[in-house]
Amino acid sequence: MTALLIENGRLVDPSVGWDGPARLLVVDGIVAAIDPSDGDIPQGADRIDASGQIVAPGLVDLAAELRDPGREEDESIQTGSDAALAGGYTSVLCSASTSPVIDTPAAVELVRQKSAQASGVRVHVIACLSKGREADQMAELGLLSDAGAVAFSDAPYPMPNDALLKRALEYCRMLNKPIFDRPEVPVLASSGVMHDGQVSLVLGLRGLPTEAEDLAVARDVRLAEATGGWLHVGPVSTMGSIDLLRRVKSRGVQVTASSCPHNLFLTDSELRSYDSRFKVHPPLRSPRHVEALRLAIADGTIDAIVSGHMPRATEKKSNDLDRAPFGAAALETSLSSVATFMVRPGHLTWADAIDRLSTAPARIAGINAGGLSVGQAGDIVIFDPSAQWTVDGSKFRSRCKSSPLDGKQLEALVTRTIVGGQVKFARS
Amino acid sequence: MSTAETIEYPANWTRRHLLDLESLSSEEIVILLDTADKLKRMTDGCRRKLSLLTGLTCANLFFENSTRTRNSFSLAAKRLGADTVEFSSAGSSVAKGESFVDTAKTIESMGVDWVVTRHSTPGTPHLLSRELDCSVLNAGDGPHEHPTQGLLDMLTIRQHRGQIAGLTVALVGDIAHSRTARSNIWGLKKLGAHVIICGPPTLVSQRWSELGFEVSYSLDEILPRCDVLNLLRIQFERQSARPFPSVQEYAALYAMTGDRVRRSKDGILIMAPGPINRGVEITPEVADGPHSVILEQVNNGIAVRMAALWLLAGKQEV
Repeated sequence: MTALLIENGRLVDPSVGWDGPARLLVVDGIVAAIDPSDGDIPQGADRIDASGQIVAPGLVDLAAELRDPGREEDESIQTGSDAALAGGYTSVLCSASTSPVIDTPAAVELVRQKSAQASGVRVHVIACLSKGREADQMAELGLLSDAGAVAFSDAPYPMPNDALLKRALEYCRMLNKPIFDRPEVPVLASSGVMHDGQVSLVLGLRGLPTEAEDLAVARDVRLAEATGGWLHVGPVSTMGSIDLLRRVKSRGVQVTASSCPHNLFLTDSELRSYDSRFKVHPPLRSPRHVEALRLAIADGTIDAIVSGHMPRATEKKSNDLDRAPFGAAALETSLSSVATFMVRPGHLTWADAIDRLSTAPARIAGINAGGLSVGQAGDIVIFDPSAQWTVDGSKFRSRCKSSPLDGKQLEALVTRTIVGGQVKFARS
Repeated sequence: MSTAETIEYPANWTRRHLLDLESLSSEEIVILLDTADKLKRMTDGCRRKLSLLTGLTCANLFFENSTRTRNSFSLAAKRLGADTVEFSSAGSSVAKGESFVDTAKTIESMGVDWVVTRHSTPGTPHLLSRELDCSVLNAGDGPHEHPTQGLLDMLTIRQHRGQIAGLTVALVGDIAHSRTARSNIWGLKKLGAHVIICGPPTLVSQRWSELGFEVSYSLDEILPRCDVLNLLRIQFERQSARPFPSVQEYAALYAMTGDRVRRSKDGILIMAPGPINRGVEITPEVADGPHSVILEQVNNGIAVRMAALWLLAGKQEV
């Protein structure tokens, strides 16, 4: 038997509405008790003193690219797992942006095996929605589901085939698994490199217009409504998307949405530096979109905050803005950026922040995580909410060193990440 | 060759790079224009050679094709006594996969004092200015800016009209894809001109009006008010989709013809940065007519580039 007692901390668990001091006992990887009496604590239990710190369910990421197999120059499952743990994540849904793509049960199994070898964060697989990720024929969603896929998506590509998306939403009702779609109309987005607005106009850079996202969200939510299918759209970044989501949610349509942390505070003005660190997707938008996103996160129109971790090798990012790919390392900064730009200014309480980063994503993914009730997995993040630190991309555990936050001073720092009762990350 | 006239380095010039006109002050633009005027006189209209920059080397790093700008920079450097190194991406290490930053660093390590760069992507000179120790001059970065073209356009206007302030200048054509347009827009505004941006809505964003510029879709409407027309080439090569139904339709609406010249203000200046599409933006009779200053623009280009090289070299020594 293994036992772990976390004491003197502030337990924040939005899944049950708990926010206050409490001791947390984990036995054999499972939460055994909240505030156990001394007599209930097994002798020899490991103890963690969490004085001044917040103890919360480990973060869950709905959209991380781990790039393994086939794109290991950007990231491997091992390095991605290390980065996730350092950021306080205990579960990560990895997308099928690999080579070969994850469109067969064998490919799902390969990722699961590699994840087991990495022995770090729990890696769940988002399998391809279409065969070969070619948006032509539905992949074998039932077999992929049996193999362990928790969701389906052709991400990072949007699904351009309306009919296929509709069929898949209908088909997946029997699997009780969600379809994720990255909302963008490709022909409108064309070869844009940044938000289409006044800044792109002045800089002469090709723009990604907001309507490319708005129209895709409109299609997606309409198909979800028509089919009754389980749909998650994201990451979203525009006022138009938010407006649509607010309206369909008020009608009771079962649609969820997510956004990336950097879209909640950075604007397209950052591109004035012509630095490819700021070439991310969705693009950094103008201030009024950023403000609308913050409000939508706060009022729950946007359910979850995803890392938007799109790792790319340094040699790829150190190019001009046309040639440098979209992407950035984000797993190690998500919690801190939410703390700094959403919690500190009062847009979110800590309970709300943990909900958007852990409880809601776990619910959307349909995985047993996001809470610390007795009987749940002992997946825990402990962080110091008052710590201040400066982002230094060169020190990331991710293979990707590019971050739009590089050099920024952030608040809140993860000190321990615990998966199944085992301390997988401890900051010295 | 010596000259009777001397030139004094302006004490208030602080720039090490020339990347765009948006970030320059009106005073800095005037310094550049005044210096160009003076160097042009000292070189007898860019024909004689001075020794102001003897011993220095200018590298022309062109990742895009160019005839007039490259030759203009080369001649400018040579008129002031500097050596030049020519680089084209075709057949170079870039074609073998080397990044343009690494290529620029390699050239710089051979001991150059300026890198003049042209690239299809906006912001590449800004990127190089952070990576290199020498001065960087932007010779055109995609559709962003072409500062020496903007300066030579302003120099030409000033030579004909004495000043920029108070003039109405229309930029007509493919604003969306024109680096010349953006340099003109900022430079002319800073020197007090009223700038009209004219062309079809697919090439002229309404957002320019939010930035304080007049936007017009009708050349015929604005024609009677304009002192200067700068006709920008339709850049078919940069367009992913045709922004107007046909070349014939565009020419009917926006080409400067003899008839339109007759309906213009007396003494209107007709400019074009070149290369020009005869019959599209401008008819041959106008391009070669008395109102056209296109060839003067080319000549002024050498003077402006001499000024830029000399001013940036002086800052290097500081």
